[in-house]
Order: sequence, then C-alpha cells, then structure tokens
Amino acid sequence: MGAQLRVYRRRIRSVQSTKKITKAMELIAASRIVKAQARMREAKPYATALTRALAELARDNTLKHPMLTGRTQPRRSGILLITSDRGLAGGYNANAIKRANELANQLQGAGREVVRYVIGRKGVAYYRFRGVSLAGEWTGFSEQPAFGNARGATQTVVAALSATSDGLTADDTPGIDELYLVYTRFVNSVSQTPAVVLVSPVKGDAVAGAETAHFERPDTAAGADGDAEDGPGGAYEFEPEAELLLGSILPRYISARIFSGLLESAASESAARRRAMKSASDNATDLIRTYTRLANQARQAEITQEISEIVGGADALAAAANEE
Amino acid sequence: MPMNVELVSVERQVWSGQAKALFGRTPEGELGILPGHINLLGALTPGWPVRIEREDAPDLKIAVDGAFLSVRKDGVSVLAEQAEFAADVDVEQARADLHAAESDSGEHAAAARAWAMARLRAAGESV
Repeated sequence: MGAQLRVYRRRIRSVQSTKKITKAMELIAASRIVKAQARMREAKPYATALTRALAELARDNTLKHPMLTGRTQPRRSGILLITSDRGLAGGYNANAIKRANELANQLQGAGREVVRYVIGRKGVAYYRFRGVSLAGEWTGFSEQPAFGNARGATQTVVAALSATSDGLTADDTPGIDELYLVYTRFVNSVSQTPAVVLVSPVKGDAVAGAETAHFERPDTAAGADGDAEDGPGGAYEFEPEAELLLGSILPRYISARIFSGLLESAASESAARRRAMKSASDNATDLIRTYTRLANQARQAEITQEISEIVGGADALAAAANEE
Repeated sequence: MPMNVELVSVERQVWSGQAKALFGRTPEGELGILPGHINLLGALTPGWPVRIEREDAPDLKIAVDGAFLSVRKDGVSVLAEQAEFAADVDVEQARADLHAAESDSGEHAAAARAWAMARLRAAGESV
C-alpha cells in the first residue's frame, strides 16, 4: 500500500472516531434540553405566586426599601453573569460575556462603578485571564442547577444589595445599589439570545418596560370598598407588618429571579451545545466523504502506476529478446 | 366548602388540592386559615411545619423552609424554598442535622437548625 493511501486511511479513521464522540454529545445535549425545559416549567408556579404576592405588597407606595424602589443616584452596580462550565457550545459563552461587557461599558459611561459576579467556569476563566477582579464566582452546576447551588450566589448578592454603596458587607466586599442579571434566554431550540434584566431594584424603570410579563399587576379592586386608605394594599392583611414582610420577601424574590435565569441558561447551554455538536458531526461526515474520494483516487493511481510499470517492463523484456 | 390550596417550592409544585383548613405559624403566633378567610400575606416562622386538613383524607404535614403564605379569594398558596412531606422525612438524618447545626456556630447554622426542626416536627417528633 502506498504512503499516500495510508495517510488518507488514517485520517478517515481519526475523523470517524471524532464523529462518534460529537454524535454522542449531540444526543446527550438533546435529552438535556427536554429536561431543562421541564424544570423551567416546574419552577414557574413559585415565581408566579411570589410575583403576585410582591405585587400586592408593592401597591402601597409609601413603602421604602432599597431593593424595591432603588436609590435616586445609584453609584455602584452589580452584574451577575451566567456562563457554562464547559465549552463546546458554539458562541454560547462568548455571546453572554460580550453582552455583559457591553452593559459594563454602558454603566461605566454613566459614571457608575461596576462590580462583577460570575457563575460558570468559562466566564470565571475569561475574567481571570484578563486580570479583572470578581466580587464572587460560583462554578460546577451550570448544566443542571439546583436551588441549593444558586443559594451561595443569591446570598452574596443580596448581602451586597442590603449594604448598598454606602457600606460594606460582612466579609468586607463593597455593597451595590442595583443588580443586573446577564443570562441566555431560551427562545427555542435553535435560537438563544443573551439578555439583560434589572433584578434589583424591583420597581426600577427598566423593569416597567421589558419585564411586564414578570409583573402582572392584579386588578386593583381595593379602591372601591373604601378601606384602601387604612392599611397597605387595601383589603390585605400582613403578618408581620408590611415593612418587615417586604424585607424578607424581597431577597426571596431576587433569589427566585436568579434561579429562573440559571434554569433558562441551562436550557440554552444544552441547546447551543446540541447545535454545535450537530454541525461538528455534519462536518465530520463531509470530511470522511472527501477523504474517501481522495483515498480512492490514490488507490486508483497506484493501480494505474503498477499496470504501466508491468506493461513497460514487459515491453522492455520483449525488446531485449528481439535484439538477441 | 373546601378551599383550593397549593404548596409550591422553588423547584416544583409540591402539592395542590382541596382542603378544609390550613395551619401554620407566623411571627405573631399560630395561624389557622379556613375557607373564606380575608386576604392575607404572611411569612411563616422558620422551624415550624404546615398542616393541611382535608375532608376525606388524613391530615398532611409538610416541613417548609423560608416559606410565605398567601391567602386570596381564589385559594391559598404556600411558597417555600424547600418543602418535604412528613412521610418522606428521614428522622435519623434530621436528628443528625440538628445535632450538627447545634454544635456549629457559622452563619448557615441557624437556617440548617430551623430546617432540621421543621422536618422533625412535621414527622411528629418532639424537639
């Protein structure tokens, strides 16, 4: 067997085994999308019920809380970026990081200091390589996040939000006035787009526009029966009193928002990986076809050469015999 | 006249159905919700379970953690960060957790202690 042919055969074998791996990853990612979507659905009732409860509380305009109404002059903003732990997911991480950097530039342009929090090994590696300091990082659960995993992140950001930019949290990290969440929205299994939501303050201007879906205001029927003035939210009873209740419900609301961002990002990650692995498998198929053609050509050329050598040799022998 | 009750945790809906009454504990004391209760929003005290009385079935006891209670005209919702049915509680494990939390003085110990107590109380153990 000629050298050329051997090289082609070896390449075909190597591409074939790569294709087996990418095909397997594609199938795993496809099954994870379905699971992740189911978890997104299962987490909906909690988010809906909590949103309704908070909307009831927030109807009382006299309530003040830094996480609800925000501050007039926010000085320090937090960005919580959700990326994946593993690569091989096409532009998934690059897009999310790009969106976070755009947001950071925009905020810095508005004269605010940016504090970064990152979930996922890829995002952490990106900032560490560039020497950008992170106020918090959590890794190891991006594909299948459980609420217990999200808790570390939510406790840290809620502590920072409670401290506001005037103070420090218990472990001496700077407090923040507002928090943006950068995650990847799962539009459908072929399209995932990085998205930014303002998580805190809950009542901020940005919330009113883009996030109305999360904030369906219940019909305000309370005004009609006249007792709207005494007691917040009209015909609602609060236990403990509204202000205390707000203080304990807001951190939970923020945790739930972060958790739902994590679940959606996990679904997007799997979808992005499935697509990347599918095109890798397709490319492998193309390569195998091309190399098979080339190998066939090389084999044919070898045979042709052998025939012409034999014919040439026979002619030479015949000519030599005639001369004798 | 039964009322609609749903119990949801952050990760999924744990239970929903009809109930005669629901009992929980808020910072202001033991609280019972009967059908037709006034609209209410309350935080439940950590470390205490929720009890649901049903008409034709035994009472349900559920350990909850970081929970809220929301009563509206159309039903009652309990929103919990974690929830576990009394029947699913591993008493040995909960006792061990409680023991570990009591000897620990870290910031998470209080939460771990409350969760262990809620599970033990739901399972009918005395704490």
